Amino acid sequence: MEIDVHKSKDFFAGLLFVFFGLLSVWISRDYPMGSAGKMGPGYFPTILGGTLALFGFIISIRSLWVRGEPIRLQTFRPLVLVVSSVIAFAMLVNPLGLVLATFVLVFLSTLGGGPIRLGEGTLLFLILALISALLFVYGLGLSFTLWPSLWISSET
Amino acid sequence: MDIFRNLIFGCGVALTPLNLVYCFLGVSLGTLIGVLPGIGPVATIAMLLPITFKLPPIAALIMLAGIYYGAQYGGSTTSILVNLPGEASSVVTCLDGYAMARQGRAGPALGIAAIGSFFAGSVTTLLLALFAPPLAQVAFQFGASEYFSLMSLGLVAAVVLAHGSLLKAISMVLLGLLLGLVGMDVNSGTSRFTFGASELSDGIGFVVVAMGMFGFAEVIRNLESTGTREIFTSRVHGWMPTRADLKASWKPILRGTGIGSLLGILPGGGAILSSFASYTVEKRLAKDPTRFGQGAIEGVAGPESANNAGAQTSFIPLLTLGIPPNAVMALMVGAMTIHGITPGPQVMNQRPELFWGMIASMWVGNLLLVVLNLPLIGIWVRLLTVPYRLLYPAILLFCCIGVYSINNASFDVVLTACFGILGYLCHKLDCEPAPLILGFILGPMMEENLRRAMVFSRGDASVFFLRPISLGMLVAAVSLLFLTIIPAIGRKREEAFKE
Repeated sequence: MEIDVHKSKDFFAGLLFVFFGLLSVWISRDYPMGSAGKMGPGYFPTILGGTLALFGFIISIRSLWVRGEPIRLQTFRPLVLVVSSVIAFAMLVNPLGLVLATFVLVFLSTLGGGPIRLGEGTLLFLILALISALLFVYGLGLSFTLWPSLWISSET
Repeated sequence: MDIFRNLIFGCGVALTPLNLVYCFLGVSLGTLIGVLPGIGPVATIAMLLPITFKLPPIAALIMLAGIYYGAQYGGSTTSILVNLPGEASSVVTCLDGYAMARQGRAGPALGIAAIGSFFAGSVTTLLLALFAPPLAQVAFQFGASEYFSLMSLGLVAAVVLAHGSLLKAISMVLLGLLLGLVGMDVNSGTSRFTFGASELSDGIGFVVVAMGMFGFAEVIRNLESTGTREIFTSRVHGWMPTRADLKASWKPILRGTGIGSLLGILPGGGAILSSFASYTVEKRLAKDPTRFGQGAIEGVAGPESANNAGAQTSFIPLLTLGIPPNAVMALMVGAMTIHGITPGPQVMNQRPELFWGMIASMWVGNLLLVVLNLPLIGIWVRLLTVPYRLLYPAILLFCCIGVYSINNASFDVVLTACFGILGYLCHKLDCEPAPLILGFILGPMMEENLRRAMVFSRGDASVFFLRPISLGMLVAAVSLLFLTIIPAIGRKREEAFKE
């Protein structure tokens, strides 16, 4: 019975845990361990990370014997576009203001859902920008700037 | 009776016009997001946290609580009419609720779901009022070792209750605990796992993790599955169940309330697990189990009572011990902290108006849901015709605004996106996010209490076994774990989730 390791969910889940476990042990080596009676900042994370790596190792090894489910990957398009639209919003909201950041978020994220519909997208953007300006900025007084502050130095 | 005096006092708080308005807002919003698939109470409450900055604390908490149990009502509506669970806790309601709708009995199905939920809501309001004060008294006796053992028990319960592989669930808890440690160590002032980023010195915000793993990851997943939504627009007429319906349902409602009340208190439990457990129990007890899935009213009455009961009793550990048993309650901790309230047994004595007002508001909210929101079901369902491609950019935007405005930090938004990726990865690898979230919440508290206990005992770990309450909880944790490892019971657990 041939098992395709490269497709097993458990194998990669185990690897993920080993990675995070070892990473935290490695980072915590700089923190004082202390003793059981007076634990330093390194004590708890080292134990946790070690245990996590051990469990991850067991999960991965076990997946070589136990037939696991393969990972199903269809498309990365939603992942990439949703994540990048959010990051774009985060980067733009301060220098460009809420309205333009909303514009970018709406159009990038709609790309993730299928073919772009220009009219629909524009309408959606206008409604959402209006709601967030009225509700969050004027209504609740959250500290957003709405428009790019061209007359102030954009350095800050 | 003290409890009635307290409840009347609480009603006085809950019935002030302002609180009433926010209670109504909360339950309506809860119903709305309950009806809409693809957005759950965790993401909604996280989005609304910044709004509550400006509210008086009691109004804020009443509204947020209303969203949680309101979502349980709304979720059943979509399950019954559209065969699409609006909420994870209403998945099982689809089975028999939709079958009833196809037989033209959508009305009674909605009716019995509402009646069951209302009954469960009323009973658990009383339970909260009855059991919270004595439990809080017990909690005052707790020392560091008791708290540590209690949290261990909680994490074990979360692992046992998670779907799928036990090993993976434990690993997710450990990963969550580690993520919780990011930031400044309170005892020594050492910055841990911050990679030199000053933004991380206060730790990762809970909203960031929850919004990423639940909100964003869910949007990405929904976009991947290209299934189109079929809307079953049956005219709902006369939602009063018949006498025979009521006769068949009253026992499942009672049992569902009982199951939900118990499971809601458990960490990692809450509404979702309660509804699954109740459905399994009803199917086991039924004289003719084959009717289930064909429109058995018991399959609607039981789980719908159970999820509402579970949603409400999960407030008990939060209000008495200060330990949130699930993600929604962790957000409530966040909301309380924003207003300078530390959750725990002292809330009851220091802020009685807050404590009793919130409990009383739950009953008021349940009444509002039945009286005002049920007739509006038609309007809510029409919202389902809004296509998802218009909905998700709005969800994303409001999530971003919500995360940003907590600290006015773009960094937090980027971090949330990273957790979105992690959540997506975990979904692809069949690792459930719930144990990770619980570990994340409890991580700092656990370390703190472990270190305190060990300092008091001068490094002697036997302190956890010598104090009776602590020992009891550790024994419970170990036996729970063993029970799950024994394959026969493990298999039953799988079955319960397959239903």
